[in-house]
Amino acid sequence: MKKITSMLLAVVLGATLLCGCGGAADTSATGTTDDTATESTAADNSSASTGATFKIGGIGPITGGAAVYGNAVKNGAQIAIDEINAAGGINGAQIEYKFEDDEHDAEKAVNAYNTLKDWNMQLLMGTVTSAPCVAVSEKTKEDNIFQLTPSGTSVPCTQYDNAFRVCFSDPLQGTASAKYIGMNNLSSKLAVIYDSSDVYSSGIYETFAKEAANQPFEIVAAEAFTADNKTDFTTQLQKAKDAGADLVFLPIYYQEATLILSQADTMGYKPTFFGCDGLDGILGVENFDNSLAEGVMLLTPFAADAKDDATVNFVTKYKEQFGGDIPNQFAADAYDAIYIMKAAIEKAGCTPDMDASAICDAVKGAMTQISVDGLTGAGMSWTADGEVNKDPKAVVIKDGVYVAMD
Amino acid sequence: MKKIKLNRDYLITYGMVILFYIIMTILKGTGNLTSLFSGLLVPICVYSILAVSLNLTVGILGELSLGHAGFMCVGAFSSAFFSMCMKDVITNSFVRFLIALLISAFVAAFFGIIIGIPVLRLRGDYLAIVTLAFGEIIKNIVNILYVGRDSDGMHISIKDSISLGLKDDGKVIINGAQGITGTPHDSNFTIGIILLLITLFVVLNFMHSRSGRAVMAIRDNRIAAESIGINISKYKLMAFSISAALAGIAGCLYAHNLSTLNALPKNFGYNMSIMILVYVVLGGIGNIRGSIIAATILTVLPELLRGFSDYRMLIYSVVLIALMLFNASPGAIEFKEKYSIKRLLSKKTKTKEVQ
Repeated sequence: MKKITSMLLAVVLGATLLCGCGGAADTSATGTTDDTATESTAADNSSASTGATFKIGGIGPITGGAAVYGNAVKNGAQIAIDEINAAGGINGAQIEYKFEDDEHDAEKAVNAYNTLKDWNMQLLMGTVTSAPCVAVSEKTKEDNIFQLTPSGTSVPCTQYDNAFRVCFSDPLQGTASAKYIGMNNLSSKLAVIYDSSDVYSSGIYETFAKEAANQPFEIVAAEAFTADNKTDFTTQLQKAKDAGADLVFLPIYYQEATLILSQADTMGYKPTFFGCDGLDGILGVENFDNSLAEGVMLLTPFAADAKDDATVNFVTKYKEQFGGDIPNQFAADAYDAIYIMKAAIEKAGCTPDMDASAICDAVKGAMTQISVDGLTGAGMSWTADGEVNKDPKAVVIKDGVYVAMD
Repeated sequence: MKKIKLNRDYLITYGMVILFYIIMTILKGTGNLTSLFSGLLVPICVYSILAVSLNLTVGILGELSLGHAGFMCVGAFSSAFFSMCMKDVITNSFVRFLIALLISAFVAAFFGIIIGIPVLRLRGDYLAIVTLAFGEIIKNIVNILYVGRDSDGMHISIKDSISLGLKDDGKVIINGAQGITGTPHDSNFTIGIILLLITLFVVLNFMHSRSGRAVMAIRDNRIAAESIGINISKYKLMAFSISAALAGIAGCLYAHNLSTLNALPKNFGYNMSIMILVYVVLGGIGNIRGSIIAATILTVLPELLRGFSDYRMLIYSVVLIALMLFNASPGAIEFKEKYSIKRLLSKKTKTKEVQ
């Protein structure tokens, strides 16, 4: 009996394998049209295209704990691609776009990358989170495929010459924050609350602490929490309060920050809160009293409330297509990433019939020569080691909206 | 007669693995294998080894372990740490990987023994509770562990990488939550299959050795086993530490397949332990071949379902439930007996005979 069961299982395995092979051809179609809102535009594009298309792949977590970021990137890039396709594409060629899930796991990210490779991807926009990005960059280096990560902040993400990023790296954010606080004399005694189990958060904290040694302020409390207990922050806040900190630096994501803000309010502790781009999105949290976020400062390249045409256009489109969600910085990074790719491809004069490796060689040279005005910065340019040059913008929350600080 | 049958059963299991290897190598050689699938080959080996080794604890020893990913984590980090330190000293990747494997097996077995000595003396489900805690503790310790190296030697801290006080030539090897980055890519499919075969060899031979029979006697009736003079703690500990060592080897294979190693809840946490248990249960508790098949299917399945995009995880869980029901529910078993291929064939021959 057992033997038959195992035989059957083997048959099932064989069948699933075959199904998989057969199904692979259709996936590109489902990939581009799975958002009902974009279905019509995508259909128009495929009929309008003359056959040759640039195939851009994306990787990020669209399920699991980090799904917020993956979905934002997926949607942000979709908007940029729809716009470019509607305006005639890159060098006259349309873009095909396919986004794969990596569940914020390095192993799954490599699987997603291999899936995209089977789809004949020519350029990679991803991955969204740092650890998977490092694993994938190893593969793109091997295969010589151009990689542009919208939001992979850790340093080794761009360790190879074929990888570039749109966002600031962790060291840059940490150093910039420390310098900004020191330069503007925002504080003399400062506390940090960070997530020691998170790459992004501990990465920023470390460089912040390093730079703090050269700044006029003093870190009086550096309190960590981990992903396993991120609901109660009263201990950390109490320590910060007892140490007399007048500013609390929060290099964390906004979900935890909302809890910290409300718990500090309950305790009657009212320091200035200062955060990095992870805090962007704090005003969109459900059941969170936005008045608590009054006076919070953050260093972010993108503010959804900015009044310039590009941002307004992007935010409106995003809201229309994706159920009224306000785009966060990840979405803006992804939107920029697609336009950066466009600029680099045009500069390099690539055509869609070139293979991925040839495009990579041409585009990585062009990357250091272009300058792009995007949502997350004006006049962005790149160095050969993959880092972006743009100014960090500091904003402060006033009356429920972001206001740029001088 | 019995012996011959046993050997044949072994050979089918080995043959299945070798056949899989040959088919995949031919497909890869002729360029018919998709890059997705060739990327999945090493993970398939990793999870098969994990499933087989956990089956030793769950199926043969009859104890529930919920911390198998913890042993994998220990093996992965110890071997990756070794490889990072020795990257420049031992340049032959095969030799380096071999030593890394031994280290991972040794360290994981060491932890298995430490946990096993107090807990395996107890009766009841205490092992499940303790291993569950172990898995979580290991994950959290690794997340706060900072180890660096400079010309003065090793520096260890559990605060942050600044407090390591490294000199300018220093290099942080384990960087807390950021884990180990830049592990050499030493594992490949051939090594994976060889390790899987070794695992099978160890487990299958153990099962039918004198010690293995003692372990199974303990599983089936502890009092009877004790009464005939079997040293319960010793044999339990033996089986459990072998299982842990094999999980460590799987961890080593895993770590050297990816260039980055983080202890996330996803890959070394409680969920992963449960996932390995699912492989074992789905393949049949005590059924080694079943474990391999189940691990392979469940590793490949989520990737094949990518075409469903947003509904992928939903369909995956539905398929999982369906497979479980098909395998184990009384109704399904009855149905399979009624319509089994063997029976249908014999029926046909019978009716022919009548005619």
